[in-house]
Amino acid sequence: MHFGDGEIPEEYRRYVGRKVLFITGATAALIFSLVFSLSMGAAEVPAVEVIRSLLGSAVSERSDIIVINIRLPQAVAAVLAGAGLAAAGATMQSILRNPLGSPFTLGISHAAAFGAAFAVMVLGGGVMSSKTVGAVSITNPYVTTLAAFIFSLLAAAVIIGISRVRGASPEVMVLTGVALGALFTAGTMFLQYFADDVQLAAMVFWTFGDTARATWTELAVIAGVCVVCFVYFIANGWNLNAIDAGDETAKGLGVRVERLRLVGMLLASLLTAVIISFLGIIGFVGLVAPHMVRRIIGADHRFLMPAAMLIGALLLLLSDTAARLMLAPHVLPVSVLTAFMGAPVFLLLILRGRRK
Amino acid sequence: MILDVRGLAFSYNSHPVLEGIEFSLGAGELLAILGPNGVGKTTLLKCMNAIHKPTGGAVYVHWRSVLELSPRDIARDVAYVAQRSEVARLTVFDTVLMGRKPHIRWKVSDTDVKIVDAALSRLHLNALRLRYIDTLSGGELQKVSVARALVQEPQILLLDEPTSSLDLKNQIDILTMIRRVVDEHQIAAVMTMHDLNTALRFAHKFLFLKSGRIHSAGAIQEMTAEMIESVYGLPVAVHHHYGRPLVVPLCEDVPAPLPTRSAAQIN
Repeated sequence: MHFGDGEIPEEYRRYVGRKVLFITGATAALIFSLVFSLSMGAAEVPAVEVIRSLLGSAVSERSDIIVINIRLPQAVAAVLAGAGLAAAGATMQSILRNPLGSPFTLGISHAAAFGAAFAVMVLGGGVMSSKTVGAVSITNPYVTTLAAFIFSLLAAAVIIGISRVRGASPEVMVLTGVALGALFTAGTMFLQYFADDVQLAAMVFWTFGDTARATWTELAVIAGVCVVCFVYFIANGWNLNAIDAGDETAKGLGVRVERLRLVGMLLASLLTAVIISFLGIIGFVGLVAPHMVRRIIGADHRFLMPAAMLIGALLLLLSDTAARLMLAPHVLPVSVLTAFMGAPVFLLLILRGRRK
Repeated sequence: MILDVRGLAFSYNSHPVLEGIEFSLGAGELLAILGPNGVGKTTLLKCMNAIHKPTGGAVYVHWRSVLELSPRDIARDVAYVAQRSEVARLTVFDTVLMGRKPHIRWKVSDTDVKIVDAALSRLHLNALRLRYIDTLSGGELQKVSVARALVQEPQILLLDEPTSSLDLKNQIDILTMIRRVVDEHQIAAVMTMHDLNTALRFAHKFLFLKSGRIHSAGAIQEMTAEMIESVYGLPVAVHHHYGRPLVVPLCEDVPAPLPTRSAAQIN
């Protein structure tokens, strides 16, 4: 059969144009915010000098050091983490067919926190001293990061393993994730109960997600994982749309639903695990950025995925900048601010949204 | 011959659901699969595009076994409309465009968009094209699902109870549309159904399933009261109404209608 007499409706062209415009606008806003973020701080660097430093033709060595060595790693960490968590959240929400899908719902962050606590307590990973509030750095940060990473991947492996045995249905995955979250939370509490003051401080401090922790090497690792995952998520935009229409409909359209659900889950977990192991737990962005975008441009994953990444990056970068500036010279961990900034915006979107 | 089913069997956890199913379907034919609840109608439908992998026998689409084709290749020839669709925040146009997925390699082409536009016009869905599907009524949503299946440009259209939750007008609209597409484009269509009278009115052929096997099958005109009684265990009479067969259940213990009351009393 063939339908040969159609045309491209102008109305539809404009509708697609609006979505492209949104993504372009978000990109511009992100670039603008990046420059703004790099110029603000204890020592102000004018925007022009920031741009020249970024382009490698700095006017003064001082602004070069401030911009490139001090502020840029933190800003890049915020952008990568925001984009990564938002992409992981958008993917999980689709493949789990659950609006609450995020690294938190599935126990992956809880597992990371347990891993960090385990490292501090058992592996001797961290007597903490304060860098920001005096001299905090974890004495053996790699052990802590590695333990957090291994435990969050372990949680993902259990979820995927059980899904393979019981069939990769959203219910199985969500319920397994919730059970694991409870288990790891209990484990963390158990360790905390027996920890001494210093260890307890180290455990709690680790859970405050903080973009200032990352070095260039760590950022390169995060960026590498981000790129692989982003390519996969964006390439599967149509498939995610099909899964949203129901498993059977998706299969009828030739989508390998179980495989997509397992691989998507694996990559989203890996992405989350890398980010939170290096930076600590940063909540809310992964949950909220996709929802914000969905309310504005709809749930077509071809547009939703890149837009959610941009909005996630923007949200975390702005929170991070505010966290540096608000109580200066004190620096708040960004995880505290993401919720402070994101929640009101989100509530506003819910209230403004059309009633069903 | 577009669709050929040979000795098809399917078991679920080694519990046999279907056995020895054989039938074939040519261009421009609409087959209704009938039978009681839980007899395996939907399972049979899903075996035809390998959503369920048959455990015995074979299903041939244009003489190619579906078990040897990739899901994507199957989807280019066979379209499937599930009984229920989940709704996401997607416009009608994009939902229907999704039906082009088996044909899209990297990027949606102008041709894809034009095909969707033509299908929407054909099904009178143009006014809805930029509405989000989570705001549609059940009937509108079902039409959108059928439109999505049609833009797959399939040779075979599979429909799982296409009218199960629709009002009378929408039932007639959807089935008329499906029958027209089958006739005009000379494709084959298989639908599972409960309503015998609707099947009699729109299908060319019927197939009764009983206990996972074919009980009887044939052209619609060959359906008899005895077959229906044997399949459903309920005596029926087949009347002829304006030249069409009409099935009426015969049950003696149906309560008599309440005595007529005036509208004033009801209020």
